[in-house]
Amino acid sequence: MSRVILHCDLNNFYASVECLYRPELKNKPVAVCGDPEPRHGIVLAKNQIAKIFGVQTGEAIWQALKKCPDLVILKPNYPLYLRFSKLAQQIYSQYTDLVEPFGIDECWLDVTQSTKLLGDGRKIAYEIKERIKYELGITVSVGVSYNKVFAKLGSDYKKPDAVTVISKQNYQEIVWSLSVSSLLYVGPSTEKKLIFHGIKTVGQLAQTPVEYLKKILGKWGEILWIFANGLDTTPVLPPLFDENIKGIGNSITTPRALVNFEDAEYVLYILADSVAQRLRRQHLKCTTIQVWIRDNFLFSITRQEKLSQLTYLAREIFKKSVEIFRKNWTFKTNVRSLGIRATDLVGEFEMQQLNFDYFKKCKLESLEKTLDTLRRRFGQFCVQPALFLTQPSLKSNPIDEHIIHPISYFK
Amino acid sequence: MRKVFVDVYAHFSKDGVLTPISFVWIDGKTYEIDKIIEKKNAAAFKAGGQGIRFKCMVYGKMVNLFYDDGKWFLEI
Repeated sequence: MSRVILHCDLNNFYASVECLYRPELKNKPVAVCGDPEPRHGIVLAKNQIAKIFGVQTGEAIWQALKKCPDLVILKPNYPLYLRFSKLAQQIYSQYTDLVEPFGIDECWLDVTQSTKLLGDGRKIAYEIKERIKYELGITVSVGVSYNKVFAKLGSDYKKPDAVTVISKQNYQEIVWSLSVSSLLYVGPSTEKKLIFHGIKTVGQLAQTPVEYLKKILGKWGEILWIFANGLDTTPVLPPLFDENIKGIGNSITTPRALVNFEDAEYVLYILADSVAQRLRRQHLKCTTIQVWIRDNFLFSITRQEKLSQLTYLAREIFKKSVEIFRKNWTFKTNVRSLGIRATDLVGEFEMQQLNFDYFKKCKLESLEKTLDTLRRRFGQFCVQPALFLTQPSLKSNPIDEHIIHPISYFK
Repeated sequence: MRKVFVDVYAHFSKDGVLTPISFVWIDGKTYEIDKIIEKKNAAAFKAGGQGIRFKCMVYGKMVNLFYDDGKWFLEI
């Protein structure tokens, strides 16, 4: 029996929720934007009217205002969006227990078994669409198909407030005429490569010999060929199965440019501290540290190095990241954003080689765990390194600010 | 159509069921809820907001009372 997969995508999510709470903005162009003060001023979401003016997600506020001078700019309210996301997931879970979130506003649902009781995929999709509109006051686009990739394409195909069914009979007609960029995991760089080789549509991609695609794109060539031909068999997994964390990282776009090593070390400590806290929370230790640096011209580099010992200590992550930073950055240009990522993760009780510092390290671990308890009970800044008092203009709290984490399709 | 936040006297049963009993209107008067006709999650499109909507009869008049994330409001 062929699977029945739904992909539900809440339309213009942040902007729709804001407009619901402010009916006076109903007929105005609205954009939810980051705070321009700490240089986070980009469009995060826009409503349908702003879309008509050409406002795009990801562009700077000044660019959006140039296109649409009457644009109403709102600050994001993440707790409210998380609440709506949870409410939507509660509705989905009344149709199946196989609900897999893909970001805050998207979910896959495997309703294969439910079709026996509730009717076919199209009927379930329409019912969900109407319930979301009535109960949450926002709209959703639903794609119905027999695999996850086509279901996602379906939800993108017609927007807002629409249902698109892509079946084994009609997929060539609907999907194959779309441009390759509409396929999951075809980003601007892959699209450019494909177009260079004369592959402009999903249909052309599907009909290109897989060996040729492998030559152009490596293993991704085969994956995309499978996607384009509707042969994807990835199951819909509920979040409980998402145990295999590959890395934990945080990055910050700082309120002002970082002009010297002292500035950079300050921000690296904030990041190391938050990454270490998150590692301890998940009972994981890391063996590799990656540092990501982006300068004022939006040029970025990522460098990584192995640690000699497993760790979840902020001071060790900090020490290594400073080492990496100093080796790879000379401040010819100022730094705009910095990030640290801990990878090659293992369980905290993994066996490891003992050394003379073992007992000292145990003491430090216990000290940082105590800090975690204090912060959990009395707030993130109840105890803080004296360093944090030196440059309040760069102070940030990634632990509480970065609450929405990206999700990978390949778990 | 506007949104008026109100104080509500409500009952929480031991099963966790929330039932509003009465509310205090802006003039300070307390109004008893005679009957709850419907309890459902719904959007308040006209007043703005979303929550558990209680369709209530108050002095023979139907009102929509919303419980939105810890706050109560009437859509009037």
